[in-house]
Amino acid sequence: MPIQIKTALRASALTLAAALAAATPAAADKANDTLTVALDLEVESVIPYHSTSRMSLISGKLLYDTLVWTDPFTGEHQPMLATEWTWVDSKTLELTLREGVTFHNGEPFDAEDAAWTLNYFSGPDGGTKGRSSVDWIDHAEIVAPNKIRLMLKAPFPAALEFLSSPLPMFPKDYFEEVGAEKFENAPVGTGPYKAIEIVKGEQITYETNADYFEGSPRGKPQIGKLVLRTIPDLNTQIAELMTGGVEWAWRIGKDEAEGMRGMPGLTVVDAETMRVGYLTMNAAGTGGETPFTSKLVRQAIIHAINRQSIVDNLVPPGARIINSACFPAQFGCEQDVTAYEYDPEKAKALLAEAGYPDGFEFSMDVYRDRPVAEAVAGDLAKVGIVMNINFGKYAAVRDALRSGDSTVAFLTWGSNSINDVSASTSNFFKGGADDTYKDEEVSAWLEEGDTTVDPEARKAAYSKALKKIADEAYWVPLWTYPYTYAFSDELDFTPTSDEMPHFAMTGWK
Amino acid sequence: MLAFLTRRLILAALVAFTVSLISFVLLRASGDVAVAIAGEGAMEADIIAIRIQYGLDRPLPIQYLDWLGSAVSGDLGMSVFFNAPVASLLAERLPVTMSLGALALLFSVALSIPLGVAAALRPNSLIDQFAMWLAVVGQAMPSFWFALILMLVLGVWWRLLPISGTGSFAHYIMPAIALGYYATPAIMRLTRAGMIDVLQSDYIRTARAKGLSQRKILFKHALRNAVIPVVALAAVQFGFMLSGSIVIESIFALPGVGQLAWISLQRSDFTVVQGIVLMLSVIYIGLAVLADLFNAWLDPRIRVG
Repeated sequence: MPIQIKTALRASALTLAAALAAATPAAADKANDTLTVALDLEVESVIPYHSTSRMSLISGKLLYDTLVWTDPFTGEHQPMLATEWTWVDSKTLELTLREGVTFHNGEPFDAEDAAWTLNYFSGPDGGTKGRSSVDWIDHAEIVAPNKIRLMLKAPFPAALEFLSSPLPMFPKDYFEEVGAEKFENAPVGTGPYKAIEIVKGEQITYETNADYFEGSPRGKPQIGKLVLRTIPDLNTQIAELMTGGVEWAWRIGKDEAEGMRGMPGLTVVDAETMRVGYLTMNAAGTGGETPFTSKLVRQAIIHAINRQSIVDNLVPPGARIINSACFPAQFGCEQDVTAYEYDPEKAKALLAEAGYPDGFEFSMDVYRDRPVAEAVAGDLAKVGIVMNINFGKYAAVRDALRSGDSTVAFLTWGSNSINDVSASTSNFFKGGADDTYKDEEVSAWLEEGDTTVDPEARKAAYSKALKKIADEAYWVPLWTYPYTYAFSDELDFTPTSDEMPHFAMTGWK
Repeated sequence: MLAFLTRRLILAALVAFTVSLISFVLLRASGDVAVAIAGEGAMEADIIAIRIQYGLDRPLPIQYLDWLGSAVSGDLGMSVFFNAPVASLLAERLPVTMSLGALALLFSVALSIPLGVAAALRPNSLIDQFAMWLAVVGQAMPSFWFALILMLVLGVWWRLLPISGTGSFAHYIMPAIALGYYATPAIMRLTRAGMIDVLQSDYIRTARAKGLSQRKILFKHALRNAVIPVVALAAVQFGFMLSGSIVIESIFALPGVGQLAWISLQRSDFTVVQGIVLMLSVIYIGLAVLADLFNAWLDPRIRVG
């Protein structure tokens, strides 16, 4: 039922957005120095380790700091709670901690907190839901009051990426004293904002942390108060935006955005994210022999789909077509790979060569963007292939993929905002349950890239893997997914590709 | 009366059990719960760890019996998404849903009973036709659409009411109208039919012959009898409203049980869904029993017989 309702709501959204254009938006809350943000899901946990949702990460960026900071504009690693770090060997990272940083409750941050955070949340009792973000950690040791050593299970060059994103530092004494359940109601971190009121399911209010440490790579917080409001429905978000109830919303649909562009008082911006779309084809035939076990058929499929036309008509502005099985700016994402241009005649020839001169029929599993799937079906029909659409929940689609029931699925992947190929390509082509290609050569190259410390050697290994993935046409690489943001034009906000709004770095104009 | 109550309660328990079993099976058939919990960005290690952490690797009948055993003893389990017991999640959100449901029912009754009575007094008159029109529109218009129109007109154009959230009584007006309107046609038509029926009965003719005032006949004698089936219907409608609030709460961003149900269904948060289904079926059955009791109070024949 929810999916139907959602579709129906979408359908009505265009009309509403057009009607809304007649209304005039109210002034932003710059006067009160309060930024109210609309999010479609609630922040289900203020402990980012205990959630896999982006909302918890957004809240976490306000409440906590990480040891390392990745500059969201340049991708560069900068000192945050750690001022310097050195690799003692390929499995030992030594970090020197910043001194004089205190938690919101006045407790000083030191090696004890850092080591405890990493040990507790990577351990069995920490309740961490995103295991892959901590599984590479063996344990952390205190070397001095301002120095820890992080022991890895195996060489893991992406460690700094992980330390800078999903692993915020927690106050050991306070957490142990109150426990996880009470911590949910009164979280404490070192971050630029403190939570001052939590209304479950409705909103969380944050206030500037006046004692936020000097020299943070993201600077001092600029806006006095932040409110993260849960507004599940996009139409409602737009109505609130129009009337000044909220000053910021994102993931606006293409149709709705068209109705909002040029409205006085609002800025509408499209920006690329790390999320990429792709069709995965069951090349190994894990569920039995299908046309897709033939390389010629897979290549024909890519030639048959007019990606540029779909991007122009159905995807928000700012999308880029990709040819390699990763996000182009990720470390190791080789761009010099075989590209398959739109060429239905060539597709037909390849199909004939593969023994399907009259095409064939198959089903594609889809969990989002139905119009895109329908456009793909239309393109394939032109070369004689009948494609049925199986629309289901994400979990069901991924299930079908893993069990081999799915021959082709339309998926997207955001790499958990990790700017490294080990978080994208390696997740799908290294022999796990998601690997329906079973290419041992590719697996071996990716393993080499994931565990080698030397950056050039890593790049070389990933390059070989990505070139072969493109040659074999295991994926139809589609495009990057831009988000459309709409916010008050008094707000000085810059979108970044990490699918993360950085409110702590946002100010008024 | 006691035997009647006992019978109702046993039936209620059976219904609740069946409903929970069906919802368990449907939820599990709609995809791997562990994948849903792990989220879109999950890698394989995440999914395996979660399957073990939540006991999802055990056979389904055992998982169900395990849940049922705890539920019977009052423990609805922990939500797999929120780090909180299901019971406290429900307790946090029930007041919003109950207030919304009560206001919606109030709106619905306040609109439909007077209209129903007026329509019954002059069948086929203009007012009857207007009531009929209102009923048809109410049945035909999806509540989410009506909600959006309300929001557009009252919230965006005229700026009379807040668009979403809680905070004040005014926040509940639009959601209550959107939710209550849907129940209006049924209540109104039943009132009208009941009134027409009663007004033609012998005792009303007698009352008229005795020279009682029209008002006294209408409200003291006729309405009281005509409203009996309406009470039962209103109770059922209140139950519908609690489930109808799934859509309305999501649109108006009210943090109630409906919104919790919506998001839990989408994420296959099975303990929460099971808890909500169980609670709603218990409330539903409770309402039916209450309606019976209220009818008995209204009509001595039920009470004595």
